[in-house]
Amino acid sequence: MKLVIRNGRVVDPKNKIDKKADVLIENGKIVKIGESSKFRPGDVTRSTITIDAAGKVVTPGLIDMHTHLREPGREDEETIASGTRAAAQGGFTSICCMPNTQPVIDSVSGVKFILTTASQEGVVNVYPVGSITKGREGEELAEIGKMRIAGVVGISDDGKPVMNAQIMRRALEYAKMFNLPVISHCEDLNLSMGGVMNEGFTSTVLGLKGIPRQAEEIMVARDIALAELTEGKLHLAHITTRRSVELIRQAKKRIKVTCETAPHYFSLSEEDVRGYDTNTKINPPLRTKDDMEALCEGLADGTIDCIASDHAPHLDVEKDLEYNMAPFGIIGLETVLPLILTNLVGKKILSLNQAIEKLTVNPANILGLEKGSLSIGSDADLTIIDLNLKKKIGNEFTSQSKNSPFVGMELQGFPVATIVGGKVVVNYLP
Amino acid sequence: MRLKNKDLLGLEYLDKEEINLILETAKPFKELFTRSVKKVPPLRGKTVVLLFYEPSTRTRISFELAAKRLSADVLNISASTSSVAKGESLIDTAKTLEAMKADFVVIRHSMAGAPQILARTISASIVNAGDGTHEHPTQGLLDMFTIWEKKGKLSGLKVGIVGDILHSRVARSNIWGLNKMGAKVYVVGPATLIPPRIEQMGVKIFYDLDEIIDELDVINILRIQIERQKENLFPSLREYNEIFGITDERLKRAKEDLMVMHPGPMNRGIEISSSVAEGSRSVITEQVTNGIAVRMAVLYLLAGGDSRGVKR
Repeated sequence: MKLVIRNGRVVDPKNKIDKKADVLIENGKIVKIGESSKFRPGDVTRSTITIDAAGKVVTPGLIDMHTHLREPGREDEETIASGTRAAAQGGFTSICCMPNTQPVIDSVSGVKFILTTASQEGVVNVYPVGSITKGREGEELAEIGKMRIAGVVGISDDGKPVMNAQIMRRALEYAKMFNLPVISHCEDLNLSMGGVMNEGFTSTVLGLKGIPRQAEEIMVARDIALAELTEGKLHLAHITTRRSVELIRQAKKRIKVTCETAPHYFSLSEEDVRGYDTNTKINPPLRTKDDMEALCEGLADGTIDCIASDHAPHLDVEKDLEYNMAPFGIIGLETVLPLILTNLVGKKILSLNQAIEKLTVNPANILGLEKGSLSIGSDADLTIIDLNLKKKIGNEFTSQSKNSPFVGMELQGFPVATIVGGKVVVNYLP
Repeated sequence: MRLKNKDLLGLEYLDKEEINLILETAKPFKELFTRSVKKVPPLRGKTVVLLFYEPSTRTRISFELAAKRLSADVLNISASTSSVAKGESLIDTAKTLEAMKADFVVIRHSMAGAPQILARTISASIVNAGDGTHEHPTQGLLDMFTIWEKKGKLSGLKVGIVGDILHSRVARSNIWGLNKMGAKVYVVGPATLIPPRIEQMGVKIFYDLDEIIDELDVINILRIQIERQKENLFPSLREYNEIFGITDERLKRAKEDLMVMHPGPMNRGIEISSSVAEGSRSVITEQVTNGIAVRMAVLYLLAGGDSRGVKR
């Protein structure tokens, strides 16, 4: 089966391509990129499916390295089937699912369940992340090697830190053998205990218990020190503060450490918690305008490698509560790209190439995936983007959950087609 | 003049004129209390629901009396004896009250923001009777009324709020209100019980009461909760008492006409000595009386009343 995407602006940061070209796909692989006038006769036949991407941007399929699919255990919030469809809707062709399910993905059987279900019911590539410790209890290492063999691309106790520095040290040391990134959720639980939003003037005024920024920064500093000690592969998840960015910027001069942030951290601030909308309750919490600025600087200078959704579905009945009682987390898969295009590319903080880099080649490199580029012979995962499409985010999501603080916000730049392994999964083009 | 919003969620959201209006309106209501018939008709036919998710004696009774003296029908719902105990969510409870055509919902809740949730869910007027550590606007108003009545003004006065500022909704409402009325507010307490960046609300922080005691016109003493000791916010009650407790000895250097206030309930012998509580400077029982008048004014004004309608 052949597919040709015509007339698009092809942006492939890994191969340093940014030009108008046609992309020819055959049997799920990318076979040619160039002007179709230079294609050989027979490349495009009558049976070739044609997508006209004139005026659109064609990029490698986007990768979200931080998703919560909720299956197994909370299929009422999200399933592998619904979560992968939400991903495709948001332009993602590959996602990594975090292991904080019920039960926790801390063994081979859990990893196999995810991979099997994803291959049967999923519409995008799913890469499981295994837990660092058994049951995410922070006490005993999970069978990291066996999970690696079964197919995990990283390990994380996400949602929780590994509070014990000795166990974190062992995890970094041990996972190094397998070249597995240890994805750290940076939060000192003693400092953050009971907190529901960023600590500062706003939390004082609202009478909500604060989480000091230092709860994150102390762990960022600790984990950098441990990465230095172990030469392990450390990836810091959802970074939110100026000091965290500074610590990582300094560390990158000495050691290999990577990190991500999420779009809500550069799009919203603690000010948005006024009104007690529980869709602003996120862990780590929304910070200050100054932190938003620092994140933008970190994204621009490359300190922050990736942008991930931290897609965390919760039901209305769980979120429609008093602020203190609602669970942390918001959905993100369907708003990541428009938020980046509106708030970073639209405001000239990142070039389009830089933005796509953080959603493709960078996460692929961290996770060791042969994805994230349009190299000839690679899997035909592609995303087509309309940079001019303006839309108000509605209350209709492909995700089973609707807990988004961005409903009602007008954004510019949306995915219009998603192609996974040569198969057109989402297509809004005529 | 009338209030701008249908709800009273906090003093942060009122302006100076609105606060003045409430204080002025409370005055004639207070005069009513000296009559043999204390009831007036403005809220006849209106229903006031008192929705209390937290135990409370004085605030609940004060609102109940206020509503009844305005001739409203009053319904009491407490969390422990209602469908709330069966796990009904706040929003569902609110919708039920809406369906029953409540005109006012007075809510007390242990969590900040609960009144906001009600206010955006239903059309009844919501009165915040204390939400978590956020605000307790009618307490702030009655404190200001008490000061204003005694001192004849608020502007220029120096008010010290002493104790657990961090967990105090009374402190926050007082700070918003007093600042708007031109008073100067000092907060005094253990560093662990001073909320972050509170100076941005326009107050000065002191850890030693003796530094400013001679300047104060009013001292508002907050209840210290024993549970806070378990959170390591201070080492012991006796240490707290020694450093921050208000005693006759400590007040020796105070102005002659220093006014002593406490929102209650008091821990005698801890944050306040009995002799100070009962002393000539104390207006603590008067605060309780004024609370009813202020709450009458609030309900009356939220119902759409204006300052001219109150009969003297």
